[in-house]
Parts: sequence; C-alpha cells; structure tokens
Amino acid sequence: MRRLADLYDALDQTTSTNAKVEALTRYFQQAPPEDAAWALYFLTGQKLKRLLTTKLLVGWTQELTGIPDWLFAEVYASVGDLAEVIALLLDTLERPSEPEELPLSVWLEQRLLPLRTKPPTEQREQVVSWWRAMPRREVFLLDKMLTGELRVGVSSTLVVRALAKVLELPASDVAHRLMGTWTPSRAFFERLVSKDGADVDRSRPYPFYLASPLEQPPASLGAPRDWLVEWKWDGIRGQLIHRQGDTFLWSRGEELITDRFPEITAAASTLPEGTVLDGEVLAYEDGKPLPFARLQRRIGRQKLTPKVLAEAPAAFIVYDLLELGGVDQRALPLRERRAKLEALLEDHPRFPISPAVEAAGWEALASTRDESRERNVEGFMLKRWDSTYQTGRKRGDWWKWKVDPFTVDAVLLYAQPGHGRRSSLYTDYTFAVWRGDDLLPVTKAYSGLTDEEIGRLDRWIRAHTREKFGPVRSVEPEQVFELHFEAIQPSPRHKSGLALRFPRIARWRTDKQPRDADTLDSLEELLHDSA
Amino acid sequence: MVPPGTPRYLKRTVDAPTPSQVRRPLVTVTPQGLFCEPGGFHIDPWRPVERAVITHAHADHARPGSQRYLGTRTGEALLRRRLGADAVIDSLEQGERRTLGDVTVSLHPAGHVLGSAQVRIEHRGEVWVVSGDYKRAPDPTCAPFEPVRCHTFITEATFGLPIYRWEAPRAVAEDLVRWWDANRARGRSAVLFCYALGKAQRVLAELARLTDRTVFVHGAVHALVEVYRDAGVAMLPTRLVSDVEKGTSFAGALVLAPPSAGGSTWMRRFGEAETGFASGWMRVRGNRRRRGFDRGFVLSDHADWADLLRTVEETGAEQVLTTHGHAEPLARYLRERGLDAAPLATPFEGEAED
Ligand SMILES: [Zn+2]
Ligand SMILES: [Zn+2]
Repeated sequence: MRRLADLYDALDQTTSTNAKVEALTRYFQQAPPEDAAWALYFLTGQKLKRLLTTKLLVGWTQELTGIPDWLFAEVYASVGDLAEVIALLLDTLERPSEPEELPLSVWLEQRLLPLRTKPPTEQREQVVSWWRAMPRREVFLLDKMLTGELRVGVSSTLVVRALAKVLELPASDVAHRLMGTWTPSRAFFERLVSKDGADVDRSRPYPFYLASPLEQPPASLGAPRDWLVEWKWDGIRGQLIHRQGDTFLWSRGEELITDRFPEITAAASTLPEGTVLDGEVLAYEDGKPLPFARLQRRIGRQKLTPKVLAEAPAAFIVYDLLELGGVDQRALPLRERRAKLEALLEDHPRFPISPAVEAAGWEALASTRDESRERNVEGFMLKRWDSTYQTGRKRGDWWKWKVDPFTVDAVLLYAQPGHGRRSSLYTDYTFAVWRGDDLLPVTKAYSGLTDEEIGRLDRWIRAHTREKFGPVRSVEPEQVFELHFEAIQPSPRHKSGLALRFPRIARWRTDKQPRDADTLDSLEELLHDSA
Repeated sequence: MVPPGTPRYLKRTVDAPTPSQVRRPLVTVTPQGLFCEPGGFHIDPWRPVERAVITHAHADHARPGSQRYLGTRTGEALLRRRLGADAVIDSLEQGERRTLGDVTVSLHPAGHVLGSAQVRIEHRGEVWVVSGDYKRAPDPTCAPFEPVRCHTFITEATFGLPIYRWEAPRAVAEDLVRWWDANRARGRSAVLFCYALGKAQRVLAELARLTDRTVFVHGAVHALVEVYRDAGVAMLPTRLVSDVEKGTSFAGALVLAPPSAGGSTWMRRFGEAETGFASGWMRVRGNRRRRGFDRGFVLSDHADWADLLRTVEETGAEQVLTTHGHAEPLARYLRERGLDAAPLATPFEGEAED
C-alpha cells in the first residue's frame, strides 16, 4: 500500500509528464506483479464496485471524532472530496509510529473484497482498526477504494508509455495488450510483460484510432485526392470482432455492448473467421441514419422488446479493416485496407461501408458539408489515403471537420462544486433562457472556461449566492454565457421539454445583460427545424 | 506598570462581574473598522481614522492614511515600511500600558509575525482582547503568543475548521530540504512561493537549523528579510535574484518569491523549475492543484483548529467574537460548547496567501 501511496503522491505532485512517466516506470520496475496488476487496474481507470456506502464511513468518522453533522457538512463543502475529508479529520487519532505495511494485493484480495459479505458490526470494527493504524495518505487511498472512487490522475497514454519503457515494447503493442476486460492478478501481469504477450483473449479489441478536430482551413491539407472524405456519422463508435466462432462488439469506451445490438451480432456470424472491423453503430432505416435521439432512446431501454428493436433498428456502418484472416492489418496504408474491406464485404449487405464523398475540391466539399444536419451527420471525416491505423488521438492523418455548432446565450442560474481536481471550486453550472419573464433552466455545462475564468467565476458565485440547497447554490441571474452545442432534441424529462447535446461554454459574455439572453421560443424553433 | 513580557493576566482570574450583555460593547464594528468608543480609537481600521491601534504590518491590518498609529516597538520598522515615512507612529513595549480616553490599552505577543500583537483593552474592570492574527506553533522569528485573560475575546478564525491541523514546523522544514535536494540532484531550481512578510523569513530561519546554503530571494522578500536581520533574527544567507548576472544558471537553487510572481515573466530565468507553496491552505489537495503548484508545504502563521479552541479556553472569555475566514463555523461550535459566541462581520478575509 505504501508503494501505491508513494506513486499516487509522485503523480499528484508534479505537472511534468516526464516526471509522471518516470514515477510510473519506477513503480512497475519495483512492484511485485500481483501488486502491479492492481495498480494498473486503477491507473487505467477501472473501478471496484463500492464496498461500503459513504454514509457508513461518514458515520464512523463522526463517532470517532465527535464532529457534529453540520460541521461535517461544512468541512465537506470546503474540501469537496469525502475520502480526503475523512483522512484529514481522522488525523487527530493516535497512530503507531511504525505503521504496519501490507502489499496492495493482500489489502484488496484478503481484506477489502471480503468485506462486502461481512455483517455491519464486523465491517465497522475492521475499518476502524485499519484507520487507527494507517498514515493519513493511506487512509485516503483506503477510503477511495472502499467507496469505489479511486482514480489516479494520470492519462492512460502515460501509463502505456511507462509500461512500454519497462517492457521494451512499442507503445501501441502495450496499448493493445491492455484492451478489453481483464482481471488484476499475478497471472495477468506476467502474461502482459512476457515477451510474446501470448494473446489468448479472443475478445480483445485493438486500440481505436481517433481523429483530431480540424482547426486550420482544409486547403492546408494539400490535394483532396490524397484524402478519403467520409460523413462523420453520429452514433456509437464501435469495433466488431468475429474470432473462433464468437462475436464481440466493443464501444469506444471499451464497454462490451454485444448484447445491446443482437441484429448486428447475428449478422456478424456470417463474416469470415478472424475479422475485426472499425465502424459506427447507428439507428438506420431505409439506407439512411436516424437522428441520434432514436438510438439513445433505445440504449436507455432495459428490455429489447421487438417494438424497441423496430423503432430504432441498428446497423454497423464500416469504416476500416483491422484484422483479416486473423492477421493484423493496421500497418497497411488506408488505401489497401479499404480495397480489402470492399472485397470482403461485397456480399455482406448488412455491413454497408461508409461511402466516400466525392467532390471537385475543398470548396465544393465545404458546400456539401452544409448538408450535414439534414443528413443527421456531424460533418466530415478526412483520412489520409496513406495512413496506417494508429493508436489513440494522433494528429496529422485523421481529422474531423465538423459543422459549426449551434449557439445560445444563456444566464447562469445554479452552480455546484466539481469533482476531483475541481472539487473546491464551483465548476458545474446550470444555464437558463427566458420563457416570458421567467428564466427556465435548459442545460448544464462544465467545460470551456479557462482556469483563470473558473477562479473568477467561483469568487463571483460565492459573493452572489441567493440560496444554498446542499452543495448547489442559486446565484443572482446576472452572468450571460454563450454556449455551443451539437444538436437539440425533445426531452420530456426536462422542464424545458428539450435537451442540448454536447453543450459547452464558448465565451463568458460580460458584454451582455441577462435581458439579452435567448428565449425558449428560439430554441424550440431550432428543435422544429432539426426534427 | 507591568514589566514587559509578564503574562500577568494568566495568573489572575477575572473576578469583576461584568455581564457583557448589559453593558455597551467595548468594541463595535463601524464602517471604518473595529472601534473602541470609550478609548476613541480603531483597531486595524480599513479606512483612515484619527487614531489607529495596529496589531501587525500585514496589508489587510495596517493601512495608510490615518492620523496617528500605535503599534509595538518590535513591529515598528515593518509598520513604517507599510505606512510610509510621514506616518505618525507611536510604539509600546509588549505589555506596556497606555491610557487612551477612558480605557487602558496594552499590546501582547500574538506569535504571528515579527512584532505582531493582540490588543488588550480594559475599561472599568471589563477586559476585551482583540487577537489580530495569531498562531501557537513555535516560530524562531517572533515572540510566542501569550494568552491573556479577558471577558470578551475577538479571535481570528482563518483556519476555523477541524481539517486544519499543523504538523511540527521542524518536520515541514525537513520536507522542504528534501524537496530542495531532490531538485538539486536533477539540476533544477526549486521556487517556493510564500508570503513575503513573515512566512519567507520563518522559512529562512527554520532552514537555518538544517543547512547553511544560500537562498535566492525575490525583491519583495529581500526588503523584508533585511528588516528581520536588523531585528536580530538568525536566517540563512540570502541573495537577491536581480543581483545575479544575466544568464547565470539557477540549477540547484532554492528561490523564495511572493505568490504574485508565479506565472510572471520573472519566472523564466529559472528554466525548468519545480514550484512549491508554503501555506496553511496547502493542507487541502484541491487548493494546491487548482493553483497548479507541484508541491504544497503546510506551514501557516495562523492557529489551527485545535489551537483556536485551546486559546479561547485559555483566555477564560465568556464572550467570543470571531472574524476572518471560517468565523461562522467556529462561533457555532463554541456556542454548542456553551460559550456566548458569534461571528463579527468584518472585511478581513483571512490572508488568502497564508
Ligand atoms: Zn497577518
Ligand atoms: Zn489577517
């Protein structure tokens, strides 16, 4: 546990990526494989199911410290992180000068996981005895594990880079070995670090190659003939795997969604053995995509009744060929992968290939792009014909050239503290537009402001609070923000009757008065137009 | 006359029956600041007044423009710097009594920074103490806090939440040296941000027990280090950053600078540097992360939660008024323990940088 605490601190105490990679490398070199497997589990963003409720932990902390409810709430509001609050408050306990040290895997496998099935009195007794014996930073990590919230502030790219250094392997190989589901165990870690990486997991997906937003004019990319132009479909990016008679459908978030789309999975059984396709899951009817809202409604359903399936039939629009006959195709140029893909899917009408958009030049493409919204797509994807299929978001060969977002001017109405890094700041905002003389909340937005603006807004919020409801504050309706969003859809769940997709803050309009903000009518019009 | 430094009020229990509820309060809040009407003076006023009694030289407590000032002898040089050459400053030894209007005033060590004081006011047997900023942790740069018995105690509450608990300054200093050494080993400079008045000198004095290496300082820190040296405080040797020839490498150096220097062009000369911040606020992770410091060192010139409670108890006060920072929760907590306590509305913010 101490080694993990050291790693956590080292990652937390530097803003330099090199120093982070160094700390990770050191950890993987020194930790025994069974511990390293667990650390990797947390470092790659996986989480334990919650073992104990936060309510229990809070109660025990109050019993031990004599802190009344109101004061605990006050402290929590000021710190914003429950595990940290508990660790800080318990700092008054007498602790042994030589605390006991157990390996991470022992903590998890022999202490924490068995806790779930223990009776409450025993849970309390155990946790309290650990708290009394551990240094503060380990109490913090323990609480995070107990509540299933342990997140280590490091990107998976850096974790992969560090592991690649330790294993002396290319980063893309390591990224691939970490894909899919795996259990943190000694065996897993040893297989991971073995030279041949003995890949026995037939469900394992390849890392997705992600496009970067195009910020420069497309003409700067050179001749259009060097580029494959496709519509940017608005669905769920997925990877379809057919190996050894089994089919797996992965989402980009590395979630296995095979069972959610039986029609796609069934069709995949006709693909040749050892095929892996990159594509987009869409609600699709009569050769045309349906609005994303239809797919979203289907995702929300617990049971896939025939009615649900009929309302939003799903299709897998194919972008790319990653594996053919069990052989990795990613190092081939796109031109060759595409030719093989066309040959492969010729007789598979259930798997349409995302068509290439033909146009005379960039200008002609730009005007075609304006049809995006009518076509229920988000713009274009530009892929260099020479490009290999890379790992993650690598700039240069794949671009998304999106249509301009919708905008709305809205008034800040509520704020609440963010999570993690931003837990001591008000960073989650609710915005409203006018309906007659009332401001009606229409959306939340979290991102888009600079750190400096966040700090300034945080101070403003604290000084202009009207009411507090738990962590939420209502503020004077004075600040206007320009929000951008990608789409608008009807939503009976919202009071406003509509929901914005991907809302984010584009600008703090200090030049505008609340009266200048938009009205619900104008949003409803937009909804009408895009329906 | 009480000899300076004698904690006389500790030895005496307050026996005069003075229910504060029936009398007019000795100190009230006016638009100018804390005001003692029978004494005809303000304490740390935020607007110009006729007569100001000053607890210490921090900017939110010592503001220029008043006609006359009264402070401590040890704090005079710092006060002079803040208030300007023309300010009329009168000084008292710690514990020395002075009659102002109808009241007797004396100043007692607050342990906050060099020359910092609490203000004791006595009026017809009733005693009020205004704490100013204070701490109970040891500090080689100033006289330790002296508990003063009183009926009403106006206490600061900058860190008035139970999460605030300070480690021994010695341990923090050792941590600082480890951080400096680690950066030295990598050929990097370590820039430690800290309050230029008080914190910087305290760091230099604490480090002087562990090493004798020279520390580089920002101009704002340098001027105040000189004042502390003149007062006889032992600190590490320092060198002004701007005195160093252009192009000289700062690899391996420790640099002290005020937080306002962070992110400025002044920082460029240090090349690849790690940054740290020495402040009580660094106790909470989010505070450090949102300001983008690599390291936080929990070192405060204010009292932590336990010391606030202990101090209130030691004054024997039956009425407690709280100011700065977390005034509300501290007052409520004290009320629940049977004390007559309430927050006092003042614009003191409780040093955001401290
Ligand atoms: Zn101060
Ligand atoms: Zn202050």
